[in-house]
Amino acid sequence: LAEGGTSGLESGEATAAAAARKMDEDEERDAVFFRLEGLGYRVGQGLVERFSRDRPRFTDTLDVIKFLCKDLWMLVFRKQVDNLKTNHRGVYVLTDNAFRPFSRMSTETGGQAVVRAQPFLWFPCGIVRGALAAMGINASVQADSTELPGAVFQIKTIPAKAA
Amino acid sequence: MAASKASRLGEEIWKTRIDKVNSELVVLTYGTIVAQLVKDFDSDYVEVNKQLDKMGYNIGLRLIEDYLAKSNTMRRCSNFRETAEMIAKVGFKIFLNITPTITNWTSDSKQFSLVFDENPLADFVELPDDGRAQDELWYSNILCGVLRGALEMVQMQVEAHFISDMLRGNDTTEMRISLLRYIDDELPPEDD
Repeated sequence: LAEGGTSGLESGEATAAAAARKMDEDEERDAVFFRLEGLGYRVGQGLVERFSRDRPRFTDTLDVIKFLCKDLWMLVFRKQVDNLKTNHRGVYVLTDNAFRPFSRMSTETGGQAVVRAQPFLWFPCGIVRGALAAMGINASVQADSTELPGAVFQIKTIPAKAA
Repeated sequence: MAASKASRLGEEIWKTRIDKVNSELVVLTYGTIVAQLVKDFDSDYVEVNKQLDKMGYNIGLRLIEDYLAKSNTMRRCSNFRETAEMIAKVGFKIFLNITPTITNWTSDSKQFSLVFDENPLADFVELPDDGRAQDELWYSNILCGVLRGALEMVQMQVEAHFISDMLRGNDTTEMRISLLRYIDDELPPEDD
């Protein structure tokens, strides 16, 4: 995992400086997120373009999500999503209990493995969002992990505005 | 190691010990990275080449570990010609499933070319049509960096660069590799 993390305790005088630094760190983190997510988006679009070509037209959103969980996941992560839940109102929760990119990650005890693994979810988030966009579904995608190597992706579809 | 033996070794490892990943995923991801670099550096292709080489170098530094573990070769190559065989027939085979042709050795056996009949990184790629990319961008430059980084970790300082690329409309894709020196075992440099 990438280097990261600062020690918890700060002396009084350093607090302001630390706050400024924290701000920078957050900004940097956002910038990296934006970058990786954007790269993933393009990859997701391209993948769907190539691999949905010879299949029948999608019947509805759920059909698209299933394609994502089975075919696309297989293609990118060489396994399928383990669990799919939906509230039937545009939110889909995909659970992968053994997310490939996490399969060989570990840190020393107390090494905040989950926090440090988080950036590795950003590119896949982009892939999912890009793939959905290519299949005509606008959505926001978030992912997190509570315990390695599991990962949970939450997809919120954005309904097209009524004219 | 004889050339045919290296081929067999590469084939064997590729079949039995390598986790495969979808090639389109690799192609698209690499293409996206290059496209992003071109955007970041405002179509300064010389800089993009440099960045790709640097990324490759950092990959190479670590990839050699995986290469050694998978190929299980405990023995050093006895000369640079053997090194070339291992790069082409084992290294490229196990990581990209291709075997570039080794050719154009100089008489001192310190420089050779790798000719790529196929280049998976360049599948369905077109260079930007701006009249400059064709002359300035070395699309697969990351590979030069990978070789430089990987060989540095096994005590060889090399220089590698492309001299032709089918993406540019050349007849071949050819990389030139030169052995600068064997690095003696020495104390690691001070951190700076």
